[in-house]
Amino acid sequence: MTRRGRIVLKLVAWAACLAPLAWLVWRAATDDLGANPISFVTNTLGDWTLRILLASLAMTPLGVVLGAAWPITLRRLLGLFAFAYACLHFAVWIALDFFFDWARMGEDIVKRPYITLGMAALLTLVPLAVTSTSGMVRRLGGRAWRRLHRLAYAAGVLAALHFIWLAKVGRTDQYWHAAVLALLLGVRLVHRARRASRRRAETRPAEKSPAGPLRGTVVSGDR
Amino acid sequence: MLIKRAGRFTWSDVTDPRCLLSRRALLAGAAAVALAPGQGRAATPRGAPLGAARNAALSLAEPPTKLEHATTYNNFYEFGVDKDDPARLAGSLRTRPWSVRVEGLVRTPRTFDIEEVLRLFPLEERVYALRCVEAWSMVIPWIGFPLASLLKRVEPTGSARFVEFTTLLDPKQFPGQRPGFFGSSLDWPYVEGLRLDEALHPLTLVTVGMYGQVLPNQNGAPIRVVVPWKYGFKSAKSIVRIRLVREQPATSWAKANPREYGFYSNVNPAVSHPRWSQATERRIGEFRRRPTLPFNGYGDQVASLYAGMDLRRHY
Ligand code: HEM
Repeated sequence: MTRRGRIVLKLVAWAACLAPLAWLVWRAATDDLGANPISFVTNTLGDWTLRILLASLAMTPLGVVLGAAWPITLRRLLGLFAFAYACLHFAVWIALDFFFDWARMGEDIVKRPYITLGMAALLTLVPLAVTSTSGMVRRLGGRAWRRLHRLAYAAGVLAALHFIWLAKVGRTDQYWHAAVLALLLGVRLVHRARRASRRRAETRPAEKSPAGPLRGTVVSGDR
Repeated sequence: MLIKRAGRFTWSDVTDPRCLLSRRALLAGAAAVALAPGQGRAATPRGAPLGAARNAALSLAEPPTKLEHATTYNNFYEFGVDKDDPARLAGSLRTRPWSVRVEGLVRTPRTFDIEEVLRLFPLEERVYALRCVEAWSMVIPWIGFPLASLLKRVEPTGSARFVEFTTLLDPKQFPGQRPGFFGSSLDWPYVEGLRLDEALHPLTLVTVGMYGQVLPNQNGAPIRVVVPWKYGFKSAKSIVRIRLVREQPATSWAKANPREYGFYSNVNPAVSHPRWSQATERRIGEFRRRPTLPFNGYGDQVASLYAGMDLRRHY
């Protein structure tokens, strides 16, 4: 992809990620947040946190399926936006929903599984955001960094469970989101299994020769 | 048996439902025809006026929730599970003709036409707190009459112990009753119930209006009950049948999730919902949460109904 193409792609992604926030700010400014504004803002931010998180998790499988490199260039940007939305979602809970009632919040984190799961999802994203810079990738080394960043899937699973747990009877969107997550995870697992079997097939003749390469040096971590 | 409405086509098929109002309100209804917005976008319904003197002794002194909020933020699963579904979709409900069958363990079972109900029972206005099980609340000026007056007319027999309310079953009018991809949200029709002494309590109100208007469709038109010391879902909407029975009725939410929703469902800050706390609530229109009161603040009037009962077990 050309430099120009990459820039356009990133601008589009920025605009898409900021649009829900702009929409919320617009509705707040025009006094159009409905009867229960705090709940509306909390839920809207929660929805978009999950959607953007799923979008960031979709980039690797999308690259695999399309055989293209461009999705990977959006992965970090989307991941960081997901983290930003999660922080806003959390901040609204603290400042507007519970109005800094720390005792009640502590109680809820411990006693309400859906809050515990949301907290866990957010905390899982923290090390990923901290190590998202190129400097950090270099410092950790590609393999360790990649292994650490597989936690993004754990965050996705925790977030999906948070949603399933809080959603009331009759809602269905929590399952659709979980299904998308399962699909993304499935594509990666299938891809990995294929790659591993291909590599086994390639290394088998070499294994017969005493000077064959050690498997560990060949099998690199996941992208 | 549910009451089947006679004939496929009635005048209500060709008339804006918001204009099909009581005879009293016909003139105002005609005005509303002229003003009625397009179907399905009943944001703030311009209902026909419905006059009733306020019963101050049984009314909260607090200012009512904005009408706009009370008619756009609703749980009425017959229209859909989202809070704005009822306001968006309630245009499909036809509230005339409408009748309510009152039957079961009574000496004189009968079917009341809605117009007859409006003629027979003197209406009054009562400003009640409404506490949803989802930890939000409103203050609503309802218009209606005590359920006890209606029950007395049919003379419950000595063996009647519970009262069961059934909401209209008609997927044509209630899109939420049509099965979706993951099946139905609840087992239709919606059934709620009260113990007979709860039903006869003077606070239990049969409701046909609010805010000085005929009840908007999304708020349970044309006829519902309001039981202010219980979580909102106990107050059945768009009722077509009231049955007096011996056994505790199997109620919709208790059937859907018995661990989360009990038969009694009295507002109780000391008993958490399994997934969230009930200690506080957000009053619509207010910023800070406020503490939830036992029996929604009606304890001095209703607590005696539950003397000797363990309300942690009978949640
Ligand atoms: C990665 C982190 C998180 C994600 C992806 C996420 C996602 C969501 C989603 C999708 C919803 C449902 C929105 C709807 O009903 O349409 C939601 C609601 C909510 N979340 Fe989160 N969440 C996260 C973290 C948290 C955290 C850390 C907290 C608080 C400690 C929290 C508290 C809540 C609350 C209070 C609700 C509203 C529940 C209700 O209305 O009953 N979430 N979140």
